[in-house]
Order: sequence, then C-alpha cells, then structure tokens
Amino acid sequence: MKLLSGNEAIARGAYEAGVRVATAYPGTPSTEILQNIARYYPEMYAEWAPNEKVALEVGIGASLGGARTLVAMKHVGVNVAADPLVTLAYTGVKAGLVLLSADDPGMHSSQNEQDNRLYARLARIPLLEPADSQEAKDFVRTALEISETFDTPVLLRTTTRVAHSKSLVREGPPAQPELKPYAKDFTKYLMVPANARKRHVSLEDRQEGLRRYAEKTPLTRMEPGDRRIGIVTGGVAYYYVKEACPWASVLKLGMSYPFPYGVVEAFAATVDDLYVVEELEPFLEELIAARGISVHGKGLIPRTGELSPAVILRSLMKSPAFVSAAHAHGSAEPVRQGNNSRHAPGPSPEAAVGVPVPPLPARPPVLCPGCPHRGLFYVLKKLKLRVMGDIGCYTLGGLPPLSAMDTCICMGAGVGMAHGMAKVDPESAEKTVAIIGDSTFVHSGITGLIDIVYNQGTSTVIIADNRTTAMTGHQDHPGTGRTLRRDPTRALDFAKLARAVGVPHVWVVDPNNLAATRKTIAKAIRTPAPVLVIASRPCVLLSPAAPDPVAINPEVCRGCKLCLELGCPALSLRDRPRVNPQLCVGCGLCSQVCRKGAIGKEVAE
Amino acid sequence: MSAVINVLIAGVGGQGIILAGKLIARAAIASGLDVKTSEIHGMAQRGGSVTTHVRFGEKVLAPVIDPGGADFLLAFEKLEGLRYLDFLKPGGTVVLNNQVIDPLPVAVGAETYPEAAESIIAARFPLVFVDAVPEAENLGNLRVSNMVMIGALARLLPLPDSAWAEAIDAAVPPRFHELNRRAFARGFELAERASISG
Repeated sequence: MKLLSGNEAIARGAYEAGVRVATAYPGTPSTEILQNIARYYPEMYAEWAPNEKVALEVGIGASLGGARTLVAMKHVGVNVAADPLVTLAYTGVKAGLVLLSADDPGMHSSQNEQDNRLYARLARIPLLEPADSQEAKDFVRTALEISETFDTPVLLRTTTRVAHSKSLVREGPPAQPELKPYAKDFTKYLMVPANARKRHVSLEDRQEGLRRYAEKTPLTRMEPGDRRIGIVTGGVAYYYVKEACPWASVLKLGMSYPFPYGVVEAFAATVDDLYVVEELEPFLEELIAARGISVHGKGLIPRTGELSPAVILRSLMKSPAFVSAAHAHGSAEPVRQGNNSRHAPGPSPEAAVGVPVPPLPARPPVLCPGCPHRGLFYVLKKLKLRVMGDIGCYTLGGLPPLSAMDTCICMGAGVGMAHGMAKVDPESAEKTVAIIGDSTFVHSGITGLIDIVYNQGTSTVIIADNRTTAMTGHQDHPGTGRTLRRDPTRALDFAKLARAVGVPHVWVVDPNNLAATRKTIAKAIRTPAPVLVIASRPCVLLSPAAPDPVAINPEVCRGCKLCLELGCPALSLRDRPRVNPQLCVGCGLCSQVCRKGAIGKEVAE
Repeated sequence: MSAVINVLIAGVGGQGIILAGKLIARAAIASGLDVKTSEIHGMAQRGGSVTTHVRFGEKVLAPVIDPGGADFLLAFEKLEGLRYLDFLKPGGTVVLNNQVIDPLPVAVGAETYPEAAESIIAARFPLVFVDAVPEAENLGNLRVSNMVMIGALARLLPLPDSAWAEAIDAAVPPRFHELNRRAFARGFELAERASISG
C-alpha cells in the first residue's frame, strides 16, 4: 500500500490501464497528474498543451489513432475545451478517452467554483466521481473501459479534496492494450450537419445502454443502515457523510451520469426519508426530483463552498426526521460552530477560557521577495492606469498595497477587455493597459492581440514574462524552450510573433528597472497604435541566486514608508521600515524607490 | 471514530508544511495505521496562510478536520497558531513555534501583530512552546526548524520511535538523514522538558 494523492493515483491509474498519451494544461488542483506521469512513467507520451482545448484535441487525435488517452485540466479549463468536448460526444472515440476535470469547491485557487458534473449532462457523456485515491486510480481504468465499450468520452471528476488528499492505494500491474488501427469513417468523424444529425441520434441511443451499466456497476453501492434516513451521495462527500452519520443508510454513486434512477428508486423505497448530500449544484437532487421522488437537498445543504462532516451534520439537523433518528443513535449537533474559512478571525467563543483573542490580521498570499512582477505593478500603480488583468501569480498585484490590477475574469480576458474599453472611449486607451502572463499569453492572449490589430485598436498589452507557469508550480510552456519532460525544443519568440500579427511596436523591458519600465509603459500608452511591452525577467524561484540583502541606513531613513508601497514581504514596519535579511534577495527595487538613498547593499543597518 | 488522531498543521506558505504532513503520515503508516491527509496548493502557497490536515488511526474516513475536531495543532508561526485555534477539541494540545512572520497588512503598518500569542493560547489549551529557529541554527541549518517542530509533536503522539526514524529516512535525502534525526531528537527532548501548561 502506498500513500498517494488523488492526482498521483490518477497518474498511476493511467499507467495501469495502458494509457499511451496524456495531455494537459496546468491548473490547480489538476497539475500533478501530468507531472507524475512525466516523472514516473516514461512509457507514456505526455505533454503540456498550450491550452485545454488543444490538450483535448491532441487527445482526440490520439484516441482516433488507437491509443488509450487521458486529458487532464482544472474545472475552468473544461470551459476552454468545451467546444471539442460536446462534439466529441457525437463522434465517439476509437481507443478509450478520459477527460479528467479537477473541480475546486471553496475556490482554494480558482476564480469560480463551477460544478463540472453539469458538463456530463450537457454533453451526454458518462460521469465517474471517485471519493479517494484508491478509487481515483481504479476509476481511470473503468472509465477507459466504459469509453471503449460505449464509444464515448468519459468525464472523470475529482475535487480539491480528492486531488490533493492522500490516502493508501493498492497498486496493480500495468495492462498493455494493443493500438487500435485507424479506420477512416466519414459518417462518424466528419461532423457536417448531415452526419451530425445521425450521430446525435446515436448519442441518444447510447444513453440507455450506459444507464443500464450505471444501474449495475460495482462503482455504485448501497450501504444499508437505519432505514429512517437514506442519503444519496458521491465523491468525497461520501466520506463526510460516513463521518457525520455512520448509522444512516447510504447510496454511494460512483457513476452518477447517465443517472441510475432504478438504483435510486430501489434505495428510496427502503428508507423513510431521502436526502442528497452533494457539493455545489443540486445535480443529483434535480435528477431524483425529476423522477417524482421526494428528496431533501439544497433546502438543507449549502450550495456554495466546500462541505465537511460538521457542515453536513449541522445542515441535516434542520430536518426534524433526521434529528430524531440522530438522537436515537446518540449523535448530537456539533457543539462548536467555528468558521471554516482560511482567514477566519479566531477561536470560537465556546473555547474562551480567560484571555480574549484579539481580531487577527489576515494573511493573504503575496508576491515573493524579488518577484519580477512587483516592479511592473509598482509602475502601473504610479501611472494610475486602468489595468485589465488575468490569472497567474501576478493577479496578486491586484491586492493592497500594490492594488494595480482592476479585473480578473479568465485567462486571456484582459487583452480583449482593454480593446473593448478603448472602443467605448478612445481616450481611455491612454489610461488602460492589458496585462497577461507568458504562459497565459500563449494559452489565450494571442487571438486578443490579433483582434486589437485587426480592428484598428491602439491598446497596450503587457506580457509579464517570467519564463514559466509560476502559480501552478513552474511548468514549462511553448515560450520556455523546454517540454514537459524538460527536453529542449524551439522556444516561441513573443516579439517575433507580435510583429508577425501586425503589432507595429514591440518593446522589451526589465521590470526590475523601475525608471525604464515606467518610461516604456508611459510611451506605449501615448502611442496611437497597438504596442506590446514584454516585461521580461525570470521568476525569482526558478534559479534562486545567492541572497544579497539590502539594508536601510537609520541615519538617512526619514520613515516616509514609500518602500512599503512595494508590498515586499522582506520589508516590515517597526518604528521605521526594516529589512528582514533572511527574506531579502537583494532585487534592489526598494533602493530605487527610496528618495533619500537610504537603502543599499553597502549600508549598515 | 474516537480512535482517529487528528493533527492540523498551520503556518505560512513556504514553511515546509506539506513536508511535515508527509512525514507524520509516513510515521503513521510505518506504525501500521490508516492515514488520510489534505493539502492546499496553488495561490495560497505564495506566502499565504496554509494548513495541512493529517488524520490517522484504525480506519480514517474524511480527509479533513472540522473546527473543534483536532487533537493537536502544530503551528509553525504564532499568528497562524492563533488563527486555527478553533480547530482544536476541548483539551487538545498546541505545539507552537516561537516564530513571527509579519503578514502584509502588518508589514505595511495597516494592522498590528497580536501580542503574546503564546499566553492567549496557553490560557486555553495545553501548550508546548518551541523556539525552533534558534534550535535549528544551533544545529547548523535553519531549514531543519520544521524537523525540530515535528520532533516536539512526536513526543505527544502514540507512534513508536522506529516509525519516525523510518519516516525521516524516507522523506529526506540520505545526506541530510543525520542532521534531520538530530533536529527531530532535539524537538522531542524539548517537548519532554516543557512543562505543559494549561
């Protein structure tokens, strides 16, 4: 038995199931799946695609080419890949294809908490929901078998508490399925309307067989308990339910779409009162209610955020029938009702014995000491610009004290938004910039840049180019010159690309040089033509140099606190600003900001 | 499920919290127990407030600990110790590192760092207060301060010495085995000596 995270287990599951091709774009909480495949399973071809749509398209090609395929992404990535996904449901596959969606209830590291189980219903494809690492591993193989048996892509959906929880896994031997020979099939794979109409019918015809499979799959099981209370659940919520009310009858759905209403009806018939416990949307609840079965769901259970055993117990205790059964089993409502938030203020009053706990300062994530984004955002703040933003470490530039990003919608959004805002009021182009990361630019910024050129825009786009996909843990991308397995490859040249699509001005600047960065951006916004500014400096964590901390000369420091506006964790206010020499890497931004010349490397503190 | 032991590890992104979780989990496995852990990756890891949940026992169900459910709070930083205090059960124990890392609102002077976190905690829960950073410095490597903390926690957990030795050797590269074992032993010794207050 090995202790594996859900993501490590999925990588292992792919190996054991004979997956030959694995593709992904990094995104928390899915990233480690491909990293583990690249590291431990050299038999598999694995790649970072530029975005999730391409990742799925590569996967479709691999499947039609006859290889079992895994495509992994975070929940919002499926939005990007939704176009090929929905039509792939029509064409079906050749060798098995599994789309892994790692959802993030509670938004630990995401901009929304959409429930991707709904994609299964939208695309009419099977949905599997593992509850722990063992299931995560085992379900990969089952998903591939379902995919091949029923000629359909399969959605394998995890959540943060499956992907990033570790539990013990029993490993098995790898399978080595043969490649399936490619066979051209015009009516099946060429989705012109005449063919697509027939394929839609065949998609519908597939549903009944899949439903019958879902009715009898061992992935779904009934666990009879007290017949007064029956709970339908799946995914990690299953374990929360078992923890909250181990005495209740439980129906654990491992395959929740197509909806196995026969099993649910049979289970409902054995219990007095039926409940659904599921995170986020009332996905199962609505399917149950549509069968005319009376069920309690989101009327009791929160629709936002993560669940936990205590949240579930507290919620179910709003039902009198549940209360009386719970009391019969000696289960009481949890006494403590502490806030589950990561920035919760402090201990609950029940614990108060003696000294009161003061309100606590929050600890938001911050740009690292020496982060190349810091200088860029400091300049954007000083220029008082509207900054149409994006998603990456640099989104932290939107938090105080830098507060220099106005928006964050999705990857690539800022580029189009800056252009749209400029079209509303041409003068605003001089006050507005788009900012996007290097990996993100490749993901979905290029088309927005082309739009600015094509539609006679004059916007300034800034690539915060730190030569890596930093937030998810430093993955390579087409601009880094390295593949997922660190093999050298041709690096995408952003400047050449921009010139090729017709951007007349491309300027490269070092964001750690505040004066040059300010001058360049100020010139860019005044230029009545599209400008691409590449603020280029590698992430400080990529190849940490020997720290060379600065110090503040107390004789010269006037305590103006200008340096604190940089939001650097290595600078802290005591009686006056101080440098923490253990954190400072000596990037020198604060010495550039200080008007008195009090900060430097030759200075004794 | 009272046999399950729940350890919440709290600290600041970058302090080695994930490694600490891994080590405790490995020690539990080496003791023949079932284990589940839960971690947070991504944005919060950039100097934010982070936790790792570790649960072990005969059979573990949920991978997370609810407020009021932790037997032990292993806090690598004082403010984070205070922040997650409500995760402890009544009678739970805190192992607290005497380390202050200013969060940004404090660093820029917008808010103040709470005074005397250790006495607030000690008034409510048994506390093992460890000065892990100077201890690690004495051992010649600041990076083993988390191993000093784990050693202190280990003194309170019902896992055999051999399981910890196995866990350290598995989690740390061989050339650091000796250093980490010494750091662990030092933490263990400090907890043994500490007069557990409360």
